[in-house]
Amino acid sequence: MVENRSMHSRVRITVIYIIVLLMGLSCLLPLLNILAISLSSSAAVSANRVGVLPVDFTLTAYNKILSDGQFWRSFLISVVRVVLCLALNLAVTVPMAYAMTKGKKEFRARNIYMNLLIFAMLFNGGMIPTYILVRNLGLLNSIWSLVLPGALPIFNVILLMNFFLGIPRSLEEAALMDGANPIQILLRIMVPCAKPCLATISLFSIVGSWNDFFSGLIYMQKAENYPIMTYIQSLNVDIQELLKSGATSSALENITELSNRNLNAAKIVVAVIPLLMIYPILQKYLITGIVMGSVKE
Amino acid sequence: MDRDKNEKMKKVRRRSELSYHLMVFPGLFFLILFSYIPMVGLLMAFQDFVPAKGLFRSEFVGLKHFTYMFQLPDIGKIIRNTLVIALGKMMLGMVIAIAFAILLNEVRIKIMKKTVQTIVYLPHFLSWVVLASVVTNMFGLDGSVNQVLASLGLEKVNFLGNSRVFPSLIIGTDVWKEFGYSSVVYLAAITSIDPGLHEAATMDGASWWKRIWHVTLPGMLPIILLMTATNLTSILSAGFDQIYNLYSPLVYETGDVLDTYVYRIGLVGRQYSFGAAVGLCRSIVGMVLLLSSNALTKKLTDQKIF
Repeated sequence: MVENRSMHSRVRITVIYIIVLLMGLSCLLPLLNILAISLSSSAAVSANRVGVLPVDFTLTAYNKILSDGQFWRSFLISVVRVVLCLALNLAVTVPMAYAMTKGKKEFRARNIYMNLLIFAMLFNGGMIPTYILVRNLGLLNSIWSLVLPGALPIFNVILLMNFFLGIPRSLEEAALMDGANPIQILLRIMVPCAKPCLATISLFSIVGSWNDFFSGLIYMQKAENYPIMTYIQSLNVDIQELLKSGATSSALENITELSNRNLNAAKIVVAVIPLLMIYPILQKYLITGIVMGSVKE
Repeated sequence: MDRDKNEKMKKVRRRSELSYHLMVFPGLFFLILFSYIPMVGLLMAFQDFVPAKGLFRSEFVGLKHFTYMFQLPDIGKIIRNTLVIALGKMMLGMVIAIAFAILLNEVRIKIMKKTVQTIVYLPHFLSWVVLASVVTNMFGLDGSVNQVLASLGLEKVNFLGNSRVFPSLIIGTDVWKEFGYSSVVYLAAITSIDPGLHEAATMDGASWWKRIWHVTLPGMLPIILLMTATNLTSILSAGFDQIYNLYSPLVYETGDVLDTYVYRIGLVGRQYSFGAAVGLCRSIVGMVLLLSSNALTKKLTDQKIF
């Protein structure tokens, strides 16, 4: 009986480990496939011979990228955008979140502002009025169209406000006794205490603005102003249209775009590298972010 | 003396209040500019909006665009597609994430657990622009999946171009992208269950399945309810980025959703007023959903979504 049971549980554990491993592989292999394609020869890629390992290993694609002006232009636009977004997000979010921690007694207009924030989370003008606004502001084709519309992430304000509320009140009161003003309290006490939350907010801002392709698609009329993801997206379109239109592989073989598959894959890999570089930090703050996500107002 | 102190406190308080207003100001500026002005801009849904004339000189046409919208045969199809895809993603996504969390919790080899976690969280952080290429490489006509099907002697499937398969592809790949990241919450819920409960159940001779069913899942229930309510709020956004990067006219029949429709007709087709009308309906229904699921969450779990 006992032996039967331990036998049973050993089988169970093995099955569990296999399923977990398979799920892990399902996430890993498709990504390795892109990497392998970027490192393989065009011929091998066109013949669909590339799996998870490169075939006819070559760095030609990466060499080509080095001299691709538009790629690096878009890359740079995205870097600048990420920096501007991050700086602006923090500059706007931090003071607002702190002011929102104040009660009605200390800050009489607090609830008015809070309701304005909450209503904007519930209801929005949507894609088209926002586009018309950005256009009327003369921001089309400007990097600011990629930065300003997302300047105030309301959810982050509330996230940070809740974090501030969790910091012991006595710290603030002691500083107040010493004659510190609210701005000093915010910068010298609250901000250092809220570092984990600020890190989470910053990381999500970075990932969000790096990954966004849609703003670039609608606000940039010239392809030379595309941020990196919009640029990559514009590459995908040509090939996908071909593949989706159901053309047979033999008909496609002559089309030059298809032989660019390894070049495009290499572009994707390079475009993802910045994210992979911050991924270890991202993972560290992942849990913090999610736990804070269960917000209590 | 006491009055003096009181006076001083009042002065300090007034000065503080002024600084609070100053702190709110930058945020308020952007809130009004990019949230509230577009709401006013929704007036264009009731106009024949011409950008050159602007919001104030365009002609008002009442509910013309709304009546037109509800007469379109497309609109019912688009709402159905949106709901099917969003609900499918929500339900399958939760089931897989919960199952994965339960299985991962059983893994005792630390390095394996850490490695698997690192890998499965990764797709969440990648853009759909990037993942669209990954999906195309897998599910394209010459993709890996079709190669496997062919080698098994089965017929190839045009996953990206067949409107009967397309919604499943969208749901499946979204679940694939997000299950790891979503499982974090459930994993945290599992580890917070009192181990004593499991021990007691084992003593009573409960099998592994029975313990999962009677101890683990009930312990996770509050978080499952909370996540259900949170997910319900996004029922109208079936995932623009994903669908936009994967769909084509071949699959509009089942793959076109509210957001892609508004984008195509409203922005690309420059029917601004009509697009804004669809957007307005979407926003109103979205608001109602958000408010009701918030009320539901409060009732069920004492938590609030916002």
